[in-house]
Amino acid sequence: MNWPVVIPLIVFVASIFVVGFWSSRYIKASNNFLQEYFLGSRELGGFILAMTMVATYGSASSFIGGPGVAYTQGLGWVLLAMAQVATGYFTLMVLGKKFAIYARKYKAVTLIDFLRSRYNNSKSVALISAFSIIIFLFSAMAAQWVGGARLIESLTGLNYTSALFIFAIAVLIYVIIGGFRAVAVTDTIQGVVMVGGTLIILIGTIIAGGGIGNIMSDLVAENPNLVSPYGHDGGLTPAYVSSFWILVGVGVVALPQVTVRAMSYKNSRAMHRALITGTIVVGFIMLGMHLIGVFARPIIPGIEVGDSVMPLIAMEVLPPWLAGIVLAAPLAAIMSTVDSLLLLVSSAVVKDVYVNYIKPKASQKQVKRVSFVVTTVLGILVFSMALSPPDLLIWLNLFAFGGLQAAFIWPVIMGLYWQRGNQYGAVASSLVGVSSYIIIHNYAPNMLGVHSVVFPILFSLIAFVIVSLMTKQNSYSNTNQLQA
Amino acid sequence: MNNQIDQNDPRFKIANREALIGVGLVIFNFLWWFGFAYGLGSAPVEEYSYVLGMPAWFFYSCVLGFFVMVALVIIIVKGFFKEVSFDVEDEEESK
Repeated sequence: MNWPVVIPLIVFVASIFVVGFWSSRYIKASNNFLQEYFLGSRELGGFILAMTMVATYGSASSFIGGPGVAYTQGLGWVLLAMAQVATGYFTLMVLGKKFAIYARKYKAVTLIDFLRSRYNNSKSVALISAFSIIIFLFSAMAAQWVGGARLIESLTGLNYTSALFIFAIAVLIYVIIGGFRAVAVTDTIQGVVMVGGTLIILIGTIIAGGGIGNIMSDLVAENPNLVSPYGHDGGLTPAYVSSFWILVGVGVVALPQVTVRAMSYKNSRAMHRALITGTIVVGFIMLGMHLIGVFARPIIPGIEVGDSVMPLIAMEVLPPWLAGIVLAAPLAAIMSTVDSLLLLVSSAVVKDVYVNYIKPKASQKQVKRVSFVVTTVLGILVFSMALSPPDLLIWLNLFAFGGLQAAFIWPVIMGLYWQRGNQYGAVASSLVGVSSYIIIHNYAPNMLGVHSVVFPILFSLIAFVIVSLMTKQNSYSNTNQLQA
Repeated sequence: MNNQIDQNDPRFKIANREALIGVGLVIFNFLWWFGFAYGLGSAPVEEYSYVLGMPAWFFYSCVLGFFVMVALVIIIVKGFFKEVSFDVEDEEESK
């Protein structure tokens, strides 16, 4: 076993347990279990809020997959990745104060709570949303577990099953005992590790490559396209790259794992601070991480598997013990994504289905027990799926984020900013968004040169507006009549 | 359960303004990013000029662009964003 690399990992996992236990004190002390377990009692401060948002959307895809693609594509892929800087400020500015006020007024704990209250307690809105979250996020999560286990496997030399087992136990224990607060606090630790790791590897890589100028001339010598914005074979068109501003930029406002964070902060000062910190951190991580991928190319030519670029370059340019500490970063990225997804799927089952439709009168104690059981069962389910991932799962994960965006973006945004929008518009928008996304994704991927998610978002907007205007009911004026 | 939300809540005016600022920032960010990347980057690679070792398009679009956005976000948040209370309940009950 590669001890210099493994020891920092063990320290990292151990520190996460400590946070889980520390957070569980808050759950015991809280008189509102649901709010505390799934939202941390809306007490997040600015720094933690920024870090938990960054860690959640800057997932494994950016830490492991991203540098690998940048290695192949060159600077064009770094350009594409920089679309994510927008998430740092846009999400919080747009959802912002209005979402926070609505969520408190509605006593919303999940995105679905918000949607249901906003749209006349519509059962179809709630169930369609819960269904989308459970299906899409469950698949996204399972695929991340596979990634986490593969990483542990490659770092420690354990076999895949044992690696997956270790990963699963670590994630489950602290999500189950600590809830949202534990997840947010560990996200913060993980975010700090990610920033530090990126900085150290970047500096190490630049030194190993003999300076940026030197690396660039090596790249030009190998293939001039690597330093152009068009990708290694000229395949990255401006339209395609720009369309990522929707998928990984502005569309992120609609992801449930992001919206839940936008209802968890303490006050507007925390939000302001998170706006600034979040923009700096997400921009730095995206720029640094993807540059590492590009810079790694002249230093270690000929890497076949994109996912191994990050571990290989770290071990190449850093002393082993430092590489070990730094490689905790990708593990951190995966864990922080997985834990928040697990909590979200669990909240969709417990809060949105169990409490609302199965047993509305459930006591705090029952809800608590069900939450722990559901989280555990979900964990075991994901574990068993990750043991031998079915093809369907990988396919679902590939389009999970686009699917969620197509389902939620307009019900959320229009719900906040267009009073005339009603539940029929919301249902139509979700259905049109998801189905057109599935169709385009399968039959005409990247239609007209833009990413498959672009047109479904456009169609679902049209559906939302037309159906809302055609149906007379105004959700505000009729709220009371419906309940009477 | 009363879910009525008073749309004339003065805090919403602030919130709406800040959301529009967010949209404006994204548009500016996108134009900066796109303009430098494809404005300078579409020249043949042999004609690229370099800043700090990086191709000029990349330096202005991604590196400088990032610093510009951070500076703008800091200026806008510190200078134009207003702090509001989120505690709806007290206010509503006192009416």
